[in-house]
Amino acid sequence: MAAASGTVYLDHAATTPLDGRVLEAMLPYLTDHFGNPSSIYAAGREAAAAVRTAREQVAAVLSCAPEEIHFTSGGTEADNAAIRGIALAQRNRRGHGHIVTSAIEHHAVLHTVEWMEKRLGFEATYLPVDEHGLVHPVDLAAAMQENTALVSLMYANNEVGTIEPIAELAEIARARSVPFHTDAVQAGGLLGLDVDELKVDALSLSAHKFYGPKGVGVLYLRRGTPFLATQTGGAQERNRRAGTENVAGIVGLATALTLAQQERQAEVARLTALRDRLIQGVLSSIPESRLTGHPTRRLANSASFVFRYIEGESILLSLDMEDIAASSGSACTSGALEPSGVLLAMGLPHELAHGSLRLTLGHSTTEEQVDRVLAVLPGIVQRLRTMSPLGPGQSTQCATS
Amino acid sequence: MYSDKVMEHFRNPRNVGVVENADGTGKVGNPVCGDIMEMTIKVEDDRLVDVKFRTFGCGSAIATSSITTELVIGKTIEEALALTNRAVAQALDGLPPNKMHCSNLAADALHDAIKDYLSKRDGLEEPAGEGESSQ
Repeated sequence: MAAASGTVYLDHAATTPLDGRVLEAMLPYLTDHFGNPSSIYAAGREAAAAVRTAREQVAAVLSCAPEEIHFTSGGTEADNAAIRGIALAQRNRRGHGHIVTSAIEHHAVLHTVEWMEKRLGFEATYLPVDEHGLVHPVDLAAAMQENTALVSLMYANNEVGTIEPIAELAEIARARSVPFHTDAVQAGGLLGLDVDELKVDALSLSAHKFYGPKGVGVLYLRRGTPFLATQTGGAQERNRRAGTENVAGIVGLATALTLAQQERQAEVARLTALRDRLIQGVLSSIPESRLTGHPTRRLANSASFVFRYIEGESILLSLDMEDIAASSGSACTSGALEPSGVLLAMGLPHELAHGSLRLTLGHSTTEEQVDRVLAVLPGIVQRLRTMSPLGPGQSTQCATS
Repeated sequence: MYSDKVMEHFRNPRNVGVVENADGTGKVGNPVCGDIMEMTIKVEDDRLVDVKFRTFGCGSAIATSSITTELVIGKTIEEALALTNRAVAQALDGLPPNKMHCSNLAADALHDAIKDYLSKRDGLEEPAGEGESSQ
């Protein structure tokens, strides 16, 4: 499904439109087949069968057992459940109260770990990243403690697209028998999700990042991983996630993930070419622009930049005036005064981090669209720079208020 | 999230640039916070005959700078000093709550430019405690 005609939608890391094939698979479970999977009669059995099939489909993509798949309300819930569930079980069972994560995690992970620290007395280590946003295995090895309960590191970063060396990192945790969780929300549909190759014990996904519906996600939990359910109620999801299943959403997620897996190789090749055209075009036509994230180890759909002397939200508004939808880690887009913690963790100075722009490509992206961005972006940056009191030789001139 | 008025000023900002041979300059904000506003003024017979701005910041920072120049050109020094951030925000048909600080900055930059002018006119050094005034 294309975005609204004329609009160049370059914010696929925020969300993707529902694939028409996915919608079709979901519709019967929103209408005729409305049964509760826990009910004993035919309509219930039908719904239960649909959830069972979906679980098998997801398990096939992750190369795991269906029993290791748990459906959630999305990526945030999956991250919350993994961190709380594993860390609390580890503390109950072994007295381990130390969590390792990184400085560039999504807030769903970062704020959850911070909450565990502040509210439940856990200890936490936030691993640094290098200038490209990579977590280094040596840093993880050095951070591991006798009482480490859990390591949670993202597969690919949502702001700059850097792909972390998850298998290598997970091996360090595994060698010490510490459970390893990865937030794979941005990786869904773009990177391999084989949990044995990744060597992870827990993994989070969100359907709406790969053309599935919003409000449904997956928490993979390797058999034997300590886990204390934090959402209590009915016995759904093998007592690990209470609540009536979102049947249509689950069917949609499984259909979308299956399609994404089938089409992944071709789509990644197509997106990589478009992404590189975009990156090269921006860097060569806009002075004092810089690519953020890793030059090669990055998601096929992700192009992220900083532009000196200007601010991200005004870039977004200007692009919106050209019917181009994009995103920024600028403070002004979040309502905070601090710019993106990810860019700061990568060592970018504040004033540069304020001028960030993220363009994330997807199914609807064409070469014509990329060229349209390349046609208007240099002028937008130039116009904003004309309005800015900052410029070469004075960027450090800093009045205080 | 922005009013049409804010977007209109963002699209077509008035009085961008630097007044030539300015009588006063004010600069507030901080690149760390993501907003810097600079105002330069020309004064004749106690009136602001020209005001220009340059702003590093978000859409509302640019719009508040723009409307501030519009609100005070032609006004007396006294009238311009009485301009409040509330008046700036109201002239834009309101600002989102988390953007109200932008309107403070615009009024502050203008007031600093006026103080800079007054201190020069009165032959004083930089007024004590007004570190924002640029040289």
